[in-house]
Amino acid sequence: MSKTKVIEIEPLTRVEGHGKVSIHLDDNNQVHDARLHIVEFRGFERFIRGRPYWEAPMIVQRLCGICPVSHNLAAAKAMDQIVGAPRLTPTAEKIRRLTHYGQIMQSHVLHFFHLCAPDLLFGFDADASMRNVFALINLKPDLAMQAVRMRKFGQEVIRATSGKKIHGACAIPGGVNKNLSIPERDALLKDMDQMKKWAQGALVIARDYTLENLSMIERFATFSSSYLALVREDGALDLYHGALRAMDGGGNLIFDQADYRNYGDFIMEEVKPWSYMKFPFIKMRGRIDGWYRVGPLARLNCSGYIDTPEAAKALVEFKSLTGGRPNHMTLAYHWARMVEVIHCVEKIGELLNDPDLQGEDLAVKGDRAEEGIGVIEAPRGTLIHHYRVDENDLITYCNLIVSTTNNNEAINRAITSVAKSHLSGAPRITDGMLNHIEVAVRAYDPCLSCATHALGQMPLIVEVFDTSGVLIESRTREK
Amino acid sequence: MSAARRILIIGYGNPGRGDDGLGPALAAMVEREGIDGVIVHEDYQLTVESAQDVAQSEMVIFADASMDEAGRFSIVPILPVPSPQFDSHSLSPGTVLYLALTLFGAKPEAYLVSIRGYEFDRFGESLSKKAEANLAAAAKRVFALLSESVSSL
Repeated sequence: MSKTKVIEIEPLTRVEGHGKVSIHLDDNNQVHDARLHIVEFRGFERFIRGRPYWEAPMIVQRLCGICPVSHNLAAAKAMDQIVGAPRLTPTAEKIRRLTHYGQIMQSHVLHFFHLCAPDLLFGFDADASMRNVFALINLKPDLAMQAVRMRKFGQEVIRATSGKKIHGACAIPGGVNKNLSIPERDALLKDMDQMKKWAQGALVIARDYTLENLSMIERFATFSSSYLALVREDGALDLYHGALRAMDGGGNLIFDQADYRNYGDFIMEEVKPWSYMKFPFIKMRGRIDGWYRVGPLARLNCSGYIDTPEAAKALVEFKSLTGGRPNHMTLAYHWARMVEVIHCVEKIGELLNDPDLQGEDLAVKGDRAEEGIGVIEAPRGTLIHHYRVDENDLITYCNLIVSTTNNNEAINRAITSVAKSHLSGAPRITDGMLNHIEVAVRAYDPCLSCATHALGQMPLIVEVFDTSGVLIESRTREK
Repeated sequence: MSAARRILIIGYGNPGRGDDGLGPALAAMVEREGIDGVIVHEDYQLTVESAQDVAQSEMVIFADASMDEAGRFSIVPILPVPSPQFDSHSLSPGTVLYLALTLFGAKPEAYLVSIRGYEFDRFGESLSKKAEANLAAAAKRVFALLSESVSSL
């Protein structure tokens, strides 16, 4: 019987929140498996039971400090059904879209420039002292500055539509809390031209990096998979609302225009003993073959076109790389992300010029229902909120499938792929090798956050165990 | 720069996770006082764009929950420090100051208020009794600091 040793990387650096990777080696130091372990907030689904339904869109923001807007919107979309509001007022829907585009833009920009750019600019094998944002600031201070200002702009969009960061909320059941005043609109409009220019520059960087390093990228965690995303009725990219579309690795539709309120007919969730995170799969393809990818790459693969001009052109160029077939390259997530930034900036510009944003009709109600399911495309992918409410208006059931959960199997496969290429047979594990693993994980922009932090936490710990569980090597890198 | 932009308080943490909400709770107490010249921000964590707000201030007070068992709270002056690792989830106050310095050329006077918390693993909007007591003690000192600072501007 061959011996197996396990290398654990904990926590991952430059991903949102923290998790742990274990790499399983055999006697000959060959990788035969790799797993991502995540402490997820399963307790939340129980915590919210017994709370009044109207609190949900506010409370769920506490799930994650990284993307509170996404949870607010997904919960509110579910509660729209509870309060009998299948169609919002034009003002309400447009305000929600505005805040959503602001959220995705600022999230993508931060991820690309401050979390991933050090890897892309300095190389995956570069010394750790070079692979960080401070080296980026030294080398390209203008880019670092742009990233901060673009992020700030996105946050200002959110602030204008939601009020305060923690104690504000954009969406409520059946609508929104507030409209956008003329002064708020004008404050944002003055920066639009600059945002468009910088978004175009970011797209060029991501595209050129992909094309210039294509031979490496085609070999780095590239594997065929299915993809899932919301699309509009006509197949266009829609980050806020639509129906579910899933396609296989060849680009063939598995299902299309599926009403997300029936998500349980299409998606099932599996639990594995070594992870707190669920493993969703497409029901008709089964547990083994039904896994899929979500997020920017999945959305571009699934979308027929984009309805804003610059992003539309960018999508055509993106799709031309693979002849219109699905792009399976993990590192192409970066390019896809920047296409979405352009789209979001264009959408924000459109909306800010729409007088509906100053409308006074903010919320509607209709016939009360007992169940609601909300789905949006969050920055990291498809996000599902499902609630049931009793006759006393109290929540009795909650099920969440968060974006990173949808990508769970894909991230595990990416890690395994890279580990086999870069760690198998190596005499010792170097920082550069470990960073290759982290680069693969980071491409998915996973949110491993438990939204809790305290001073003095989170060192990087790497531990190697033999098959009997004896610790044979341990390294710690303080954050 | 107007006087109203001079002092910034950033209370950060997740109020939905028990004592992790100590930072925002302190920020809320300061905001309720409505002190002239004091801007109050609350957030789930410090992020890169915090650097822009910091750069527009002459004095900054960061407030966060702490697991440090040394005392009920502490208020210490802090300087710009580039962290060896960087992510958007756990940006430190020193890193925010460093970004403000390197990107915006600003170096405001800065303090970190660390308030001892005890319960971080439960979902809930309330603070523990012991954390509430620590918050009250820390707030008293922060108000004194603000009073001195505002009067000196």
